[in-house]
Amino acid sequence: MTATSKIQVESDFEELEKKKHWFRVSLNMCRKQPLGVAGGIVVLLMIIMAVFAEFLAFYDPEVNSLEHMLLPPDEKYWLGTDQFGRDLLTRIIYGARTALFVGFTCAILGAGFGLVLGVASAYFGGWFDLVVQRIVDVVMAFPLIILALAVVATLGPGTENVILAITIPFIPQCARVVRSNALAIREIPYVDAARALGYSDSRIILRHMVPNVMAPFLIMLTSFLGQAILLEASLSFLGMGVQEPTPAWGLMLQGGAEEFAESAPWVAIWPGVAISLAVFGFNLFGDSVRDTLDPKLRSR
Amino acid sequence: MTGPGEVSSVVVRDDSQFRGSYTDETLISVKGLKMHFPVTEGVFVQRVVASVKAVDGVNFEIKKGETLGLVGESGCGKTTTGRCILQLEKPTAGEIIFHGEDINGLDDKAMIEIRKKIQVIFQDPFSSLNPRMKVGEILTEPMQVHNIISDEEGRRQRAVELLTTCGLKANFYERYPHEMSGGQRQRVGIARALAMNPEFIICDEAVSALDVSIQAQVINLLEDLRDQFGLTYLFISHDLSVVRHICHRVAVMYLGHMVELADCDELFDNPIHPYTQALLEAVPIPDPDLEHGRAHKVITGEIPSPINPPSGCVFHPRCPRAVGSCKDSFPEFREVKPGHWVACTEV
Repeated sequence: MTATSKIQVESDFEELEKKKHWFRVSLNMCRKQPLGVAGGIVVLLMIIMAVFAEFLAFYDPEVNSLEHMLLPPDEKYWLGTDQFGRDLLTRIIYGARTALFVGFTCAILGAGFGLVLGVASAYFGGWFDLVVQRIVDVVMAFPLIILALAVVATLGPGTENVILAITIPFIPQCARVVRSNALAIREIPYVDAARALGYSDSRIILRHMVPNVMAPFLIMLTSFLGQAILLEASLSFLGMGVQEPTPAWGLMLQGGAEEFAESAPWVAIWPGVAISLAVFGFNLFGDSVRDTLDPKLRSR
Repeated sequence: MTGPGEVSSVVVRDDSQFRGSYTDETLISVKGLKMHFPVTEGVFVQRVVASVKAVDGVNFEIKKGETLGLVGESGCGKTTTGRCILQLEKPTAGEIIFHGEDINGLDDKAMIEIRKKIQVIFQDPFSSLNPRMKVGEILTEPMQVHNIISDEEGRRQRAVELLTTCGLKANFYERYPHEMSGGQRQRVGIARALAMNPEFIICDEAVSALDVSIQAQVINLLEDLRDQFGLTYLFISHDLSVVRHICHRVAVMYLGHMVELADCDELFDNPIHPYTQALLEAVPIPDPDLEHGRAHKVITGEIPSPINPPSGCVFHPRCPRAVGSCKDSFPEFREVKPGHWVACTEV
């Protein structure tokens, strides 16, 4: 009798702990990682913009309107209009959708493939490891933007190709970092235990090693998000990325910066601000994720 | 101290009758086992410049139901021997005959059937369990992978049964390893090994990482399981008192070679090989007066490198009874008394 009531009390206590837990964790986050929380808010705003673009924007992002060309910011067009008479605020809101779609797809694909490749490389070792790591060396020898440009130049522009072009250079970066962690994990007895239990290689890699290299994976993933957004903007700016009339920040920047830098600076300024803020937000967020997950790198 | 979920008593039962009995049927025999790890050099073309002779020609056999102790100092190759039997390392040479079949060099598929029969308990309970899996998952995974129990509820029941067998409460099923103490984790490690219904378990320093009171509980558990399921153990340890308590026979290793093998009491009471004698001399007597008055014969020098072991008998540079011929060839492993094998010419 006493035993049951004691267990009941304990579980009630746990329930209470759980409720308080989230509130306390978020409060603690604000105190310990103010920059990370600021970054997180920017990321959250971007996600809201991308998801609810139809409800937030007043105008159509792709319809030209010749009588409203290059209007400065006023109460009707809060951020002004571009050379085709399209509302800049609308296009920036819709641009968030492009940026986030490309950013998340590239980061998840690049980090995901890199994760599996890195763990497999560490697990099998020997020739497989040697070959994979030399290929990684070759790909990593190119600067990110050059490699992405080369891929787009080969495949042609367009959203899918941009995603491919950004994903490919990400894979080896993540694979290298994950491999070094997986090498350490491979020597831990639970991997030996899994081998002694006769599990298949794929099960050991996916069920026993991958979940234990989540910290470096998440760090790479968040740092890839900002990089992917910047790369997509750069490629679009160079005319090798997303094509008109799709709203994309890099594309808007290019259209505005080339001809109207002096006569209508707002056309270039707002997408520039959007890119900077987004990348800054993602990087701050990524840094705080790294600080939280990797105590060795925690700022002193 | 006992953790909250542990049921077993702390008292070590000090009686050899608990060692049970074993049959004459040979379960596993190891013949001429060698494990040489290559030392490579070179950037592009890897050249083998030397080899670490971790295990260099070891022979022994274990009867069904028997517990064989494998003792020796750090780096003598006892763990490597265990890993070779498990095929976690590919031995350089030798035969490992299990149930009349040489399992050395079997491909992965054929090995799966053997792996169900041979299991391992590791030294460190903190790193031998996957920290991202709940105890329930750890225990049900082998049953699922090898289709030992096909329905989920059955696996759950079996896992709870295993937990109870190993002295843990059923509610540990939902716990993560980090929520448990060292002794409790080691019990989970034992339960995981039992999940496959093995015949033979290699206990690789299975109690060395636990503190003394927990050691006693886990040793009692291992003995109970041996009697209950008719298990056979290879008990690898450097703790001679533990080995004396649990083992039927004891083998002593030095620098990759087996130097002496005898029944447990015979080996501890009448050690023949100079190395075994020195090893037993080094065990302190838990009585300050006796310990103080005892004349210690300490062997001098360091254990030589297994990359470049001494010629002939590997123990001769440190051996108090070495003669000239010891340098020439490794002495034959011969039976000096019934069941008492020694690799030394001078005894």
